[in-house]
Amino acid sequence: MQKISLIQLKKGTKARIVELAGGKQVAHRLSMLGLRLGAHVVRLSTFALRGPVAVRVGHTTLALGHGMAEKVIVEIVSEPASKSSSAFV
Amino acid sequence: MKKIILIGNPNVGKSVVFARLTGVRVIASNYPGTTVEYRKGIMSVGEETYEVIDMPGTYSLEPTSKAEEVTCAFLDDVCCKEKDCFILNIIDATNLERNLHLTLDLIDKGYPVVVVLNMCDDIKHRGIDIDVPKLEELLGIPVISTCAVTGVGIKVLKERLFQGAPREPRQRTHEELWLAVGIIVSQVQHLTHRHHTLRELLEDISIRPFTGLLVGAGVIYAVFKSVRFIGESLIQYVFDPVFNNIYAPLLMKLSAILQPGTFGHHILIGELIDGKIDFKNSIGILTTAPYVEFDMVLPYIIAFYFVLGILEDVGYLPRFAILLDALMHRVGLHGFAIIPVLLGFGCNVPGIMATRVLESRRERFIASTLISIAVPCAALQAMIINLLGPWGFWPLAVVFAALFFAWVVIGFVLNKVMKGYSPELVLEIPHYRFPPLPIVFTKLWLRVKEFIIDALPFVILGVLVVNLLQYFRIFDAASAIFAPVTRTILGLPETAAFPLLIGFLRKDIAAGLLIPLSLDLKQTIIACVVLSMSFPCIATFIIFLKELGLKYLLAATGIMVAATLVIGGMLNLML
Repeated sequence: MQKISLIQLKKGTKARIVELAGGKQVAHRLSMLGLRLGAHVVRLSTFALRGPVAVRVGHTTLALGHGMAEKVIVEIVSEPASKSSSAFV
Repeated sequence: MKKIILIGNPNVGKSVVFARLTGVRVIASNYPGTTVEYRKGIMSVGEETYEVIDMPGTYSLEPTSKAEEVTCAFLDDVCCKEKDCFILNIIDATNLERNLHLTLDLIDKGYPVVVVLNMCDDIKHRGIDIDVPKLEELLGIPVISTCAVTGVGIKVLKERLFQGAPREPRQRTHEELWLAVGIIVSQVQHLTHRHHTLRELLEDISIRPFTGLLVGAGVIYAVFKSVRFIGESLIQYVFDPVFNNIYAPLLMKLSAILQPGTFGHHILIGELIDGKIDFKNSIGILTTAPYVEFDMVLPYIIAFYFVLGILEDVGYLPRFAILLDALMHRVGLHGFAIIPVLLGFGCNVPGIMATRVLESRRERFIASTLISIAVPCAALQAMIINLLGPWGFWPLAVVFAALFFAWVVIGFVLNKVMKGYSPELVLEIPHYRFPPLPIVFTKLWLRVKEFIIDALPFVILGVLVVNLLQYFRIFDAASAIFAPVTRTILGLPETAAFPLLIGFLRKDIAAGLLIPLSLDLKQTIIACVVLSMSFPCIATFIIFLKELGLKYLLAATGIMVAATLVIGGMLNLML
């Protein structure tokens, strides 16, 4: 399976986190918010001009700055489903 | 006295639980990081009294911001040394997994912990079901489900507060903790599929680029419109009638007793204009001072904080932060820094306090400097509207455009010049909620009360100073000293120097003292910009010193003076 960063993930796609780049501190901070290895995320939106990325993890919605989102490496689990109810992991 | 310490992730409702337990009125909002400093209250159960301490939210016991540091340092300091220390760990029922990590960490440290499962009203319609007795059994400590906003479960909570017995401390790595959390969650939480509700749809469109911008623009427009509408209505129907029909006749009687021309009359009432009291021009401690504060400023303060409170409680502000993240990075901040800036539009002091949610000192300095230079507080804005309102909309636009220009340029330069980098945004977006009205009104009352207590002494002092200078006829002589700056660079009359200097005490009364000078449009615009940008008021000065230290304060002051003269001078040349 191809590994991509959160930035490259398409809207509505569900993916599994396989790597948190950027050192222990960053990984710890992200994991405290639910972005842990193995967790499933759904990308909600991205803002232009290196703006933030919004993702849903479980019942939480998170916004990550562009640079931070680059550090979250994921594998695609499923493409956008017909219904957005797949947002609930 | 036994201590109860409230700990939990950001935005789980600690402050609301605190208010429920102690009866102390506090400011609570629907975004992470509302509380940046601990506060204490007293709770009595039966005969006994306890000290309850509300902490800033923290995701873990390893701090990543100044606000989290407050919590972690306090825990280390107090709880390790004192025996009578109980921990109330408040967790968000809609977010069990993440919240339990902190819970297990607290139990592992050997603290006596009781868990409060808050927001229980919010889980049913999300298709979450939590087996509370099972959770209690697995954790081995009391778990009480509550809905603090409505008060459900608080009674049971008070009864079971001290049933949490400490356990043997143990060391587990983060991975081991997460594993343990996973096992617990799989046994107590059951999820059922739910279709998207209207609320979730609204939540989603406000964080998409295009629809989000539309929503953002709509919100800003609605805020301006409603603040002006509420403020003007209050003035027209409440405050104006009180001042003109009740207060003015009373003062006329006092004036007759004191006799115009005497020292007492000059200080208290000021000058009579055409034989009558003119609240804007008389300049007396009992006339202009209360009029500016209560009839010109207070109505807008009430309006602003009412609207802000609703925005805070709905949960919109973090979404606004996402929209502005890219812009904020250009000035060395990230999107979340917009929240301190917005609070600064109310009063710079809480704005600068709120920069504690930012990670680095560099960010806090940039944000605080930008707030104190280019963000006029609500009191000053009210006066700017009063001063420029008669000329219509565009002079107001010029003032705010000049301030925004200064904000962007100063931020951009600071970001280039200062060593360091701007950290990335990592922000939890809360769910939308219907604003709980008791919380909205409590918050409004607290903020308005604070405003009156803080403002009144300085307003009276400001009027007194100008009054004394005039009475002893040294006003003009003293003004002449500043003539080179005010007249040559800024194009203002010499007499404007003192009102502008009074701005150091308080900005709103300074603007009020400009009224009798009858400046023309250009001069009024420049005076408004200069007042906004030059030295912050004394309260802001002090909080800046406390939060960032003398070195940073002096740096910010230098930037302020330079920027004020540059922008003021530019306006003088351009307009």
